[in-house]
Amino acid sequence: MIFHPGILALLLGSALTSSMLCYCAYEGVRIIWGWDIRSGSERQLELERRTYLVSLVMSYVLGFQLLSLFLFIYTADTLSPLFIGAMCAAGSLKVNGFGYPALILKIVTCLLAGLWLIVNFTDNKAPDYPLIRIKYWLLLCITPFLIAEASVQAGYLLGLKPNIITSCCGTLFSTDVNTVISDLLALPRLLSQGAFLASTLITMALGLYVYLKTKGACLFSIVSLFHLFISVTALISFISIYFYELPTHHCPFCILHSEYGYVGYPLYLVILVSALSGLGTGIISPFRKIASLHDVIPHIQKRLALISILANSVFILIAGYGILFSNLSLAAY
Amino acid sequence: MIHLQDIRKVFNAGKPNEFVAIEGVNLAIDSHGAIALKGPSGSGKTTLLSILGCMARPTSGRITLQEREITSLPERFLTEIRRETFGFIFQQFNLIKGITVLENVMLPAYPNAENHASLKKRAMDLLDLLNIGGKALAKVEWLSGGEAQRTAIARALINNPTIIIADEPTAHLDTHLSAEFMEIMRQLKQEGKTILLASHDPIVYESKVIDRIVEMRDGKVVSAGGGP
Amino acid sequence: MKALEKQRNILDFTLSSLGRRKGKNIALVMVYTFVIFLLASVLFFTHSLKKEAALILQDAPAMTVQRLVAGRQDMIPMHYIDSIRQIKGVQSVVPRLWGYYYDALSGANYTLMVNADLNDRAGEIIIGNGVSWRSAPGKRNNQGLQKNDIIPFKTYDGTVLGLKVKGLLPFASELVTADLILVSETDFRKIFAIANDQATDLVLQVRNAKELPTIAAKITQIHPDTRPILRQEILRTYDAVFDWRGGVILMVLAGVFFAFIILAWDKATGLSAEEKREIGILKAIGWETSDILLMKFWEGAAVSLMAFFMGIFLAYLHVFLASSILFAPVLKGWSVLYPHFRLTPYINAYQIATLFFLTVIPYTVATIVPSWRSATIDPDSVMRM
Ligand SMILES: Nc1ncnc2c1ncn2[C@@H]1O[C@H](COP(=O)(O)OP(=O)(O)O)[C@@H](O)[C@H]1O
Ligand SMILES: [Mg+2]
Repeated sequence: MIFHPGILALLLGSALTSSMLCYCAYEGVRIIWGWDIRSGSERQLELERRTYLVSLVMSYVLGFQLLSLFLFIYTADTLSPLFIGAMCAAGSLKVNGFGYPALILKIVTCLLAGLWLIVNFTDNKAPDYPLIRIKYWLLLCITPFLIAEASVQAGYLLGLKPNIITSCCGTLFSTDVNTVISDLLALPRLLSQGAFLASTLITMALGLYVYLKTKGACLFSIVSLFHLFISVTALISFISIYFYELPTHHCPFCILHSEYGYVGYPLYLVILVSALSGLGTGIISPFRKIASLHDVIPHIQKRLALISILANSVFILIAGYGILFSNLSLAAY
Repeated sequence: MIHLQDIRKVFNAGKPNEFVAIEGVNLAIDSHGAIALKGPSGSGKTTLLSILGCMARPTSGRITLQEREITSLPERFLTEIRRETFGFIFQQFNLIKGITVLENVMLPAYPNAENHASLKKRAMDLLDLLNIGGKALAKVEWLSGGEAQRTAIARALINNPTIIIADEPTAHLDTHLSAEFMEIMRQLKQEGKTILLASHDPIVYESKVIDRIVEMRDGKVVSAGGGP
Repeated sequence: MKALEKQRNILDFTLSSLGRRKGKNIALVMVYTFVIFLLASVLFFTHSLKKEAALILQDAPAMTVQRLVAGRQDMIPMHYIDSIRQIKGVQSVVPRLWGYYYDALSGANYTLMVNADLNDRAGEIIIGNGVSWRSAPGKRNNQGLQKNDIIPFKTYDGTVLGLKVKGLLPFASELVTADLILVSETDFRKIFAIANDQATDLVLQVRNAKELPTIAAKITQIHPDTRPILRQEILRTYDAVFDWRGGVILMVLAGVFFAFIILAWDKATGLSAEEKREIGILKAIGWETSDILLMKFWEGAAVSLMAFFMGIFLAYLHVFLASSILFAPVLKGWSVLYPHFRLTPYINAYQIATLFFLTVIPYTVATIVPSWRSATIDPDSVMRM
């Protein structure tokens, strides 16, 4: 293990969040078993108070997970000089088999926590709390993911030994190595640009449709999920190179560096927000049939769709700015 | 307006110190008018008031408020109803020390997301109406008994409630202030508000303002009869 | 917009509440600030040391070749130079002579290094700042060694060799040069008993940095008893060592920190009767549990941010203006020579983020349950007070 302040911070943070979530899961079990909204018993009143605690903890968990996602990447970045061949996070995440899984689990847990909060928000709008059991079952499903995330991250961080030879982002994300990622990058640029453009248009159009008509939420959320992957691919394959001003540099992490004005942070953040709000509209959609939520859900879906549209517009603005004002001219390549 | 049906409230259920504070209460309260809950100390007046005022949920029984069933509403919704429907005046006024009279009056409206400036204006108008506009920026510690009382009333009125609830409002007041309090209640009643008072002070339940007396003993309503 | 209005109202009230309970909150903010100050000082300090070391190493040779005998570093024969110079890409090979010298008088380790400028001036030395402070046992005037003072050295055969100080090393690179003494080749060989055909190590200049690994491989092929060290590797080691030291201190500080967390917990749970009454009143007059939680959130945020920025600010002053007086001796490690040097201010977002994770998040976690508990006071409790 390396005694690095960032590593200590990440380990401490994930230990705190996952133990809080375990506690919440315990409360969740109690609520699933004992919830009876018709009763005015002290036990029921106590359970009701506990729901506030769980919501509170989940909001903090989402916040912490988001912060720790970026701190994780940043830490991997700063540690890269310790590993031969690693020049940024892309290389240091390859140092052992836990690096990329930890990153992916972090993103997944952020999305899950966000979705839970959306379900919780919806449920709290109906006086009979119709989703109470569903949302606590959901909580029980999320807990293992968070624990897995904490363990995989610990596995990665504790397993770091300086001087391990890894590959840097140049080899990992360049087109002449055979990986899934490089296959994606090998797509003709026009194709990937086209895919991104189409996906953005479809997502925004569907978002607008959901916003105006409050229909098609499920389709919208599936599209949003695809859009998440397509945006990330687009960012790696052709958007980032305009910021790097190097046609061969496809690194998802360097864009987070100060050299590029930290532009990666807002870009990734809006990608996450767009995916989360898109998925959110879909996940609450099946509950429209519940009488007490019948009027509430379209409202929430409208708002989420609007957030998604805004997030995508911000993405287009930032990426568009980068592409238009880049000194990189692709005509030569 | 408010209907109670077979209300029961148990404290510390299942424990050795289990206590049934209210048992089998049926009560209907109409809008407009002033009602006094009368009874010895410990008879359950405060408990019944807190159930009527949506502050606490009964252990069993049913409550409807303006035709809406509110028995098993969670706190989140109950609070909203309470904030919009009821204004509370407490035994010791329970003003918050260290902040001004004006802020105290504005506090109940904070969760309503009302514009700060317009809220301030409404609070000032209310204070002027109760003749303590001049004290608006004074800290509540410096208020006299009468001023504190009127501040408490202003606070109860800020959200423009239909029902005013006061628990032993005169317990700490001298005769003069008690009379003044009942006079203000009379005016409010005239404006069309419903007044609900709990007291074992004759100044309250023998006052002409009161239209109806509900008598309690040992957690039960012994007489829900009409006024004097 | 509406939601914002509500936030503003509640934030307003929270801030005025904080002001009302000054005594209690000031104590908390002070302890909180102190903890953040300590952690931030460690972080800033180690980080700047790393930066400093990296700066100095920039001028270090791209490759050094040592000889290993039985796994330990040994003198390298001069005749290796020729064969290494033959390798394609090597520009120059220069032998170096240096070693650690333990001075029993001052109890310090010095680094003795041969400098070509002194070669025709045997008997003279140039010393680093730390040496000058340290080995002036006769001087009581806190002046340190001056020009023309004499330092006695014990040679390998026990005789004493007095060398005259001819100058001090410049201030800027003090971290590395503090314990450095530059001597002439003759004197060095006399003290360490090194034959004329041997050197401590060889320093290489190469034409293209990209060829370094290939050249290193070739050298080990020709001379299997050598170990080429790249500048890159030294940097790595430095990094690891400084991180490690910083980490150890952080662990020690964690103790302080947990005491603080307990204090925070205590502060948050041990609500005064007055505070409980207030929350009860707020709930009774129409505030909901979530509103109180929001208030508590703003309260925690205000306290944390205040302490966070004050702590960082103080740490900045401490590390970059006051030369880290509090723990420089620990961090700089084995050398007993502490230079009075100033670090170049260097802070980045990453350090701030790490610090935030190490302090604000544990504090927040510690206050979650207590603030929830106070927020769920029964509203009807005020009617019974
Ligand atoms: N939270 C509580 N826990 C236990 N007993 C309570 C609680 N609140 C009230 N009681 C009991 O309920 C009874 C009725 O109280 P209360 O409604 O305050 O009567 P009153 O207002 O008529 O004096 C009292 O005996 C009191 O001790
Ligand atoms: Mg009472």
